[in-house]
Amino acid sequence: MRFLLIEDNADLARSIRTRLDLEGHAVDHAASLADAADHLAAAHYDLILLDITLPDGDGRQFLARHRAGHADTPVIVLTARSAVSDRVDTLDLGADDYLTKPFDFAELQARCRAVLRRRGGAASNLQSLGDLTFDPLGGCVTIAGEARDLRNRELRLLEALLSAPGRILSKDQLCDRLFSYSEPVSDNAIEVYVARLRKKIEGGSARIETVRGLGYRLTVG
Amino acid sequence: MAPRAPASLRRRLLIQLIALSAVLAVALYVAVRLGAERASEATLDSILGAATTAIAEELRSVEGGTELDLSPGTFSMLSAVGEERIFHRLDISGVAVTGYADLPLPPRPPSTLEPVFYDAPYRDTDLRLAAVARSLMIENRPAPVLVIMGQTRDGQRAIAQSLANRAAALGLAVFLVAVPLSLLAAGSLMRPIANLAEAVGRRGGHDLRPVRHPAPTELKPLVEQLNAFIARLRQTLAQTETFIAEAAHHIRTPLATLKSEAEMALMQAGDEPTRARLRGMIRATEESARSAGQLLDHATVLFRADQRAQERVDPGAMVAALVERFGPTADLKDMELRLDLPAAPLETLGDAVLIEAAMRNLIDNAVKYSPDDSSVQITLAAEGGFARLDVRDRGRGLGGETQAVLERRFHRGANVAGVVGSGLGLTIVAETAVAMGGRFALTEREGGGTCATLWLPLSG
Repeated sequence: MRFLLIEDNADLARSIRTRLDLEGHAVDHAASLADAADHLAAAHYDLILLDITLPDGDGRQFLARHRAGHADTPVIVLTARSAVSDRVDTLDLGADDYLTKPFDFAELQARCRAVLRRRGGAASNLQSLGDLTFDPLGGCVTIAGEARDLRNRELRLLEALLSAPGRILSKDQLCDRLFSYSEPVSDNAIEVYVARLRKKIEGGSARIETVRGLGYRLTVG
Repeated sequence: MAPRAPASLRRRLLIQLIALSAVLAVALYVAVRLGAERASEATLDSILGAATTAIAEELRSVEGGTELDLSPGTFSMLSAVGEERIFHRLDISGVAVTGYADLPLPPRPPSTLEPVFYDAPYRDTDLRLAAVARSLMIENRPAPVLVIMGQTRDGQRAIAQSLANRAAALGLAVFLVAVPLSLLAAGSLMRPIANLAEAVGRRGGHDLRPVRHPAPTELKPLVEQLNAFIARLRQTLAQTETFIAEAAHHIRTPLATLKSEAEMALMQAGDEPTRARLRGMIRATEESARSAGQLLDHATVLFRADQRAQERVDPGAMVAALVERFGPTADLKDMELRLDLPAAPLETLGDAVLIEAAMRNLIDNAVKYSPDDSSVQITLAAEGGFARLDVRDRGRGLGGETQAVLERRFHRGANVAGVVGSGLGLTIVAETAVAMGGRFALTEREGGGTCATLWLPLSG
């Protein structure tokens, strides 16, 4: 997926970019509305992440122009203003969703997926391991062609394990992917979800190994 | 002592007008009475004087004395005046020769035929007297003659009194006519003021539009000042709102960077103490960002509640959009949001932004405080002229605290450990409910959790 990030804060842009890169998305960064117009003229994007307060104008004006020009690239607004009225305005102007800064990266990711799914984005980057396939956008998992119904946390756990097959991921690393930093997590929470996921992908060639004292890894065997 | 508030203008005006007409009525009475008395007295005096002078002139000296040749005209002149009694006295050389010798003498003796008038009591009555003097040759010697005529004035007094009574009646009538006229005048004078006061009063304290009601010239400066004040207040409020939004932006953008960087560091950090510190940092960032956001929301809610916007809002469409928006957030906790909407769409009148803020806070609370894998039931229904929104969760409940306490600003329940919050969410909901003319209630659910209910009045 190709994203355009329109954000004037260089530090924030860099860290959002790094995170999305890690997810396997290509991210172009525009620091101003003029910059963004150049990028949009040159390439096709699957999703636009738009800051509201930009040095050369208001992101909402950009959004209005964007929609008026019948461009249907989905837009998620990243706003730091968060005025109640701004939120309603933003959606009225045709934003697909909005996030208030600072946001959880997991939430940004979830919202990007929800928007792309709603807009009928193609199942482009299908991941597979053995007879297991995983479509991160649609949240579909199949074992030997047979669909398995996974819940959100199970999907994210699988995604985390799939991102580095064969490598050991510690409980903490997995916790960070599954739980918000602001919620209290019990020690055995990961074990509960690992147990659930194991059950869901039973019968396939991929399985989750427990490496005592270190963590978990996904292997084919 | 507090300065006494000035009484009602209408009352003041009325009292002054009535007092003025009373004074006028009394003055009229007095003037008529005095005038009538003077006029009749002057007339009677001239008749009495003329008669006295005529008698004096008709005295003639004859052989062996004097002779008074009273022509009938003289007395008929006097009797024409009415039922008055007449007394006379004739002195020659200081000796009473005829008539009533005890008739009082004038205080200042006359010297000519020009009559001197005076009042004096006589026997059982009061008399008006006229005295003239002349000299008569008696036995070839001049002798001073004094003629005094006295006349009762009972009839004249009765006439004067009756005239005065009529004047009094007239005065009273003037007064009685003046009272309703004063009322009318006071009313018509006060009407523009009352209309203006009513127009301003009807607006209520929340209407920040300028006063356009026509004002009498005298009140124009007051209305102009009021409008200038309203304009200044609006401007200040607008500036405050912009300022808060700007401030929020400048606080939250670096916080977003901080949080994002901390998350990155957490991903890469290996040792547990560093990770624990980074988690603490992230939590603190979230906490401050959330407080900043809720403070702004709260300020906006207060500001907008004052504006009393009246737009048509479909609460069903609004709650459905919110539930869709919260979907990904709930998904992250494997939570389910269930929504039940009424078959026919509802319509409320109010400020969409406020209603959205209240509903969002309710759903946000439910998602935030609910355990993983639970579900939140959101139900919208019409109930007796209200749209009733129930948000039922399986969260921590109220923790033994009352709704009033939980609605307090910056107060958070005792059982919220581990969840980031500002303590303003329920305050915002409660304030919105009040501003919209609705109601808000929190109840514990059987089997654990909270049911938050928001009633908003339906339009029509």
